[in-house]
Amino acid sequence: MRRRALLGLAAGLPAARFAHAAERRLVTVGGAVTETVFALGAGDQVVAVDSTSTFPAPTRRLPQVGYLRALAPEGLISLNPDLLLLSDEAGPPQALAVLRAAGAPMAVIPDGAGLDAVTRKIIRIGQAIGRDGTALAGTVAADWQALDAPLAALRPLRAIFVLSAARGAPLVSGRSTHADAMLQACGAENCVRDFQGYRPLSAESAAQLAPEAIIMMDHALAEAGGIDGVLRATALAVTPAASARRVVAVEGSYLLGFGPRAAHARRALAALLHPTANLPALPGRDWV
Amino acid sequence: MHIARIAPPQRRLADRPTLILLGGAVLLMAAMAAGVLFGPARISPGGLGAVLADFLGLAPLPDAFRRDAAVLGVIRAPRVLMAALIGAGLGAAGAAMQGLFRNPLADPGLIGVSAGAALAAVAAIVFGATVFGAAAGALGLWMLPLAAFIGGLAATLLMTRLGTVGGVTGVATLLLAGVAVNALAGALTGLLIFTADDRQVRDITFWTLGSLAGSRWEQVPVVAALVGLPTLGLIALARPLDALLLGEAEAFHLGQKVEVVKRIAVTLAAIAVAAGVAFTGLIGFVGLVVPHLLRLGFGSGHRIVLPGSALLGAALLVLADLAARSLAAPAELPVGVVTALLGAPFFLWLLRRRAGGVA
Repeated sequence: MRRRALLGLAAGLPAARFAHAAERRLVTVGGAVTETVFALGAGDQVVAVDSTSTFPAPTRRLPQVGYLRALAPEGLISLNPDLLLLSDEAGPPQALAVLRAAGAPMAVIPDGAGLDAVTRKIIRIGQAIGRDGTALAGTVAADWQALDAPLAALRPLRAIFVLSAARGAPLVSGRSTHADAMLQACGAENCVRDFQGYRPLSAESAAQLAPEAIIMMDHALAEAGGIDGVLRATALAVTPAASARRVVAVEGSYLLGFGPRAAHARRALAALLHPTANLPALPGRDWV
Repeated sequence: MHIARIAPPQRRLADRPTLILLGGAVLLMAAMAAGVLFGPARISPGGLGAVLADFLGLAPLPDAFRRDAAVLGVIRAPRVLMAALIGAGLGAAGAAMQGLFRNPLADPGLIGVSAGAALAAVAAIVFGATVFGAAAGALGLWMLPLAAFIGGLAATLLMTRLGTVGGVTGVATLLLAGVAVNALAGALTGLLIFTADDRQVRDITFWTLGSLAGSRWEQVPVVAALVGLPTLGLIALARPLDALLLGEAEAFHLGQKVEVVKRIAVTLAAIAVAAGVAFTGLIGFVGLVVPHLLRLGFGSGHRIVLPGSALLGAALLVLADLAARSLAAPAELPVGVVTALLGAPFFLWLLRRRAGGVA
């Protein structure tokens, strides 16, 4: 309620420009938010993005407003935005309070993992920028659901998601993370159930968990020195995944963004984990 | 030339505290004006005029300048005031600690206040939503500053308790107690970071780098009271701190209540620094470097060093914040990074220069 009131109040500020959708200046913060705006065909209105927005390619030529947890009130206002479209991961809260006090027009989009979260984001972002998101949401949902039956038929693989393995004990995902949600959706089960978020994994626990597959983000795999480098880490060397050399990597924002590319990311990871399974090919989409 | 030699010696600048402090005040005013006028959001002279006219009640604000009014009045003005107050507090607290410990390396971190504030702030970031659920809801954006303020004061209190034996606070004991309290707070902070999730770890990192980006008008009166008043109190301690420079026994014979002065100075410095970092996160090097600058130029008399450090610390933090929000626009550098980037090389130069002087 309060947010909508603020939005209404704020929208009055650049009222003259707000009326002309074509001239609108959007600043998007959060990878999934930015991808969705581009997928909805409003990419040409985006004038700046945060450092987590690296897709699609045109975002890399746009001014950077910095990391999404360290936003700069005056920097954002200096871009003369008609709308700040922020993931609810954006912060710090104190800086957002300054932006609200200054009457900056903003919409906050709840983040989340899973198909429901993806479609909710698309609809909310569509409403905020005056575009109908139902078609896009429906397409993504259809692509996602096309994988449901074939993946349900597979034996779930015991897997761990390794955030980084370059230094010390590997940092692995527990429950309640985007990585956890993606593993469950891809015919794998995250065998780390003891904690939430990311924690270092000891060699003993790794041996006990006995994961059959190790999943990483591609840049983290490269940083750790490729598959050989990762498997050199004591904690991972003792696992069945290491014996089978089953280490798969997918680009981070693609895999964990839960934006419009989520269905294709799901298929990509599932195909890597289950190379022999017969998964339906998804139609090519403009936004993937 | 011959005549010049027998002429009465010219009064040195250091003997004219009023002039020096007036210069400091002018510098601070100029820094604050720059802080309000400049930044990544360009304000045209017309916009500035319109906002001023509206502020003075001369003419209503045209809609075209609504953004300029928000930038000047909502974002920059409270931010510059906060930077000035907190910079003054850090500068004066640093000068007082260096005087009290008679140690050029002393800074407010030595009395545990920064480490204690950091521990409490990290606890607020990690447990904010869960453990303090109800309180967090009621306190909202005030929870983290409140926690950091209490944490900073608690650490200093613990340190002075540990450093006081038989009613006497020995400087060496106090220093060692400070080292121990810092180590303990650091260890507990590490423990909390271990339990934090990825996002919290990022938040903690940015908090320890310092930022004035969250400055709002509602914080200004709080900072004026909790940083500004203790700063004035520290400045009033100039005479007893001068006496302490001679040594504790000498100060006692000069009629100073040495123990009382120590306790008041530590308490005021702790309040000023804790309240400052509570709102900004850690900001290094202002408290260490600024008093040295003053001593270098005008000698170690506290009647110049204390108020001078407050004025120069304020000006420095205002300018560092201007740089922080301008250099990486539309993003922002952490202000603690800017002060350390300016302060560390200067401090090294100071060390080298001092070493050369001794040799």
